[in-house]
Amino acid sequence: MSRRNPDRKTAARRGQAPVFAALGDETRLSLLSKLSSGQPRSISELTHGSRLTRQAITKHLRVLQRAKIVRCSRSGRESLFEFNPQPIEELRSYLDLVSEQWDQTLTRLKSFVEN
Amino acid sequence: MNDRIEKRIELKAPISRVWRAITDYREFGEWFRVKLEGPFVPGQVSRGQITYPGYEHIKWQAIVQSMEPERLFSFTWHHSVEPDADIFKEPTTLVEFRLEKAEAGTLLTLTESGFENLPDAIRLESFRRNDGGWTEQMKNIEAYVAQKP
Repeated sequence: MSRRNPDRKTAARRGQAPVFAALGDETRLSLLSKLSSGQPRSISELTHGSRLTRQAITKHLRVLQRAKIVRCSRSGRESLFEFNPQPIEELRSYLDLVSEQWDQTLTRLKSFVEN
Repeated sequence: MNDRIEKRIELKAPISRVWRAITDYREFGEWFRVKLEGPFVPGQVSRGQITYPGYEHIKWQAIVQSMEPERLFSFTWHHSVEPDADIFKEPTTLVEFRLEKAEAGTLLTLTESGFENLPDAIRLESFRRNDGGWTEQMKNIEAYVAQKP
């Protein structure tokens, strides 16, 4: 996993969901693991048991939200955060596709240099 | 999940042979299935036409990065399937071919990195084309649920 954090402006200009950057952080990964059951959770629930402040957790949730990995909805006065697996699935699916193409290409290279 | 692709393959051929196969533009074209216009030159754009059946409408465009004899050949390329895509405007990934001596001949390590640069649209397109996505995921969930009623 990349530890690089592309600056926010660049990511916004490209109009991309910086999924890798969003995932390259321990706190955000632990938030995702709390959300991975599919159950929407409030900021209070997500802050509970963490050493981080509510503000810090909110900041991390915004990063995940920008990457579209987390969706936010309102329930009365509370914001609820929910896991959205689609961007991660898309990325994995694309990497699988490119990986498979390389396997085929390298197999052709192998027979090219060995024959 | 990894943000790069890495492949290692042992080739039963001397390193000099493999180097020629990956850096001579005609030889590269043979196995990569692309008709290139001219030799690879570091810092310059390589252009050509894909010859892989079914993909002949796609143009090959890459910018050669490094050519360290018998050690490293690398280029950047884009992932757009648009016929008028421009390598200077599209986000790119970096492809590296590294060669090392191995018992059987040559160990080739291929890496492709920089997928975090690619826009949503490209990933989404391949996701829709590739039936693997949600369909597969749903099957996994079904299988999991069936095992643990």
